[in-house]
Amino acid sequence: MNTLASNAKPTSILYLDGVSVSFDGFKALNSLSFVIEPGELRAIIGPNGAGKTTMMDIITGKTRPDSGEVFFKGTVDLTQKDEAEIAQLGIGRKFQKPTVFESHTVWDNLELALNRKRGVFSTLFYRLTAEDKERIEEILSTVRLTNRKDDYAANLSHGQKQWLEIGMLLAQEPELLLVDEPVAGMTDAETTETALLLKEIAKTRSVVVVEHDMGFIRDLGVKVTCLAEGSVLAEGSIDFVSADPKVIENYLGR
Amino acid sequence: MITSFVLKALDRNIVWVTALLLVIAALVPALNLMTAPDHPLHIPTYIVSLVGKYLTYALLALALDLVWGFCGILSLGHAAFFALGGYAMGMYLMRQIGARGSYGNPLLPDFMVFLNWKELPWFWYGFDMFWFAALMAVLVPGLLGFVFGWFAFRSRVNGVYLSIITQAMTFALLLAFFRNDMGFGGNNGLTDFKDILGFNIQSNGTRSALFAASAIALALSLVITSGIVRSKYGKVLIGVRDAESRTRFLGYRVEHMKLFAFTVSAMMAGVAGALYVPQVGIINPGEFEPANSIEVVIWTAVGGRGTLIGPIVGAILVNGGKSIFTAAFPEFWLFALGGLFVVVTLFLPRGIVGTARQVIERRREYRKVRQAEAARAIAAEPQAAE
Repeated sequence: MNTLASNAKPTSILYLDGVSVSFDGFKALNSLSFVIEPGELRAIIGPNGAGKTTMMDIITGKTRPDSGEVFFKGTVDLTQKDEAEIAQLGIGRKFQKPTVFESHTVWDNLELALNRKRGVFSTLFYRLTAEDKERIEEILSTVRLTNRKDDYAANLSHGQKQWLEIGMLLAQEPELLLVDEPVAGMTDAETTETALLLKEIAKTRSVVVVEHDMGFIRDLGVKVTCLAEGSVLAEGSIDFVSADPKVIENYLGR
Repeated sequence: MITSFVLKALDRNIVWVTALLLVIAALVPALNLMTAPDHPLHIPTYIVSLVGKYLTYALLALALDLVWGFCGILSLGHAAFFALGGYAMGMYLMRQIGARGSYGNPLLPDFMVFLNWKELPWFWYGFDMFWFAALMAVLVPGLLGFVFGWFAFRSRVNGVYLSIITQAMTFALLLAFFRNDMGFGGNNGLTDFKDILGFNIQSNGTRSALFAASAIALALSLVITSGIVRSKYGKVLIGVRDAESRTRFLGYRVEHMKLFAFTVSAMMAGVAGALYVPQVGIINPGEFEPANSIEVVIWTAVGGRGTLIGPIVGAILVNGGKSIFTAAFPEFWLFALGGLFVVVTLFLPRGIVGTARQVIERRREYRKVRQAEAARAIAAEPQAAE
């Protein structure tokens, strides 16, 4: 597996090679390797405990791997950086449970997420510019929350919170977006809309989606990586992956 | 830059309270000094000093609110910063005594002479100058807050664990200041002050001036904190309180955000302590008691955390109650305080000011809905008539 991608490293946006990490003897990731190309939309599936969330933790700097390489844009070693630095480099992350600032308005949530200077003093004396205002308005309409911009995020529906969080990631202007189960708990209509939204987003940046919902992944119609027990089981189109006997045995069930 | 910061700070409630504090700062001394003692509006000096003391407590509670109410850092050691500010001021006041002490030593405070010390310890240098002592009253607590916060926030100590180490911090300082060889008067602390800036510390005029200074310091701090919490930085702070990891993954350095608030808060607590000491006339290690810091949390909770005005109201009400209660039923005060905390936690989780705000907001919303309904009814009527 480790040789799979070394020649792809310079041109990739995200490059993982032989990444392993264990917690109290449990191997959460076992020599995980894969490559995301710039502009790619990739779906990652796998049973519970396959290491999907741990993988995201490693990419975003929350967890340090025991061994292996993680590179952003071929040259930036992510294992040496912390969450804030990685976010500033241009990697956004959406959590499984929608995580927004509930006691702030929708507008303030987006204002905080905007890709501006994030130091203590630059935020202390920050003033909302016309340009920033326009950007926030634009994102509000992308995530369909314009008419709720003055409401507290706590009062949004579950699906709206998910979208707000996606909106916050857009405001961050990341080059790579990691999205953890974006449609969990959504209605069918919301799920379809979310698929459209993600495809729209993926036109201008790379997106990695972790999802359980096979219908949603079919909607996305992209390359799929199936994880199991901390490493890649199969990779390819959804039909190719779901026909793989190993995947059927491990994940889809007999 | 600064103007927009201040303008943003001034929402209507803050303006009212600030104005009220400034009026009190002028009115109370005037009524104390310019009316005869038998005049119905005369305010006796002991009341001036008592309320002046409450105002310094209010400033301490306000400082706590910045970190607890807006950033979720429950500090159980804020009295330590208050006491350090108080000690800085106390050291100045000790040096002002000069040769008037019982031993008549022009340089050494009495307790040093008693301990047979021959020269002034190095850390007492400079405290004969007011500006230096005033600076230290802000810088020393600020530095402690900075160093403590630097280690605690960088190692991501959170929640209960952080509260426990803040308690440990104040307890460690309590033990240290109890020791005679620390050079701060040991058990007895610093007292028997005579002058401040050349004015007799016990005169009515000085007490009124200290009162006014406390009210003005509180008003100023209120505007500054309000500016801080209403800026984008303040929004980030609330973000840290509500969803710390989200803030981190948006690229904010949470440890820097917390550290700034904690340091500013420690400095404000130091100012409060420095104003407190000349008004009560003593500072001793008892001010580091862990229980004192917990009381500050109670004032803040009673008034309403995260409201800025609430802690001020809470500190004044609880301490006013304490003064009355301990005079009338001295043995029951602690039960009353404990009971108050339980009642507030159970029935007024947002505190007095927080609950009042909630009621007003609900009414406003209710009225809005009613108006909208009425408007719809009027719009519908002509159609019904047709």
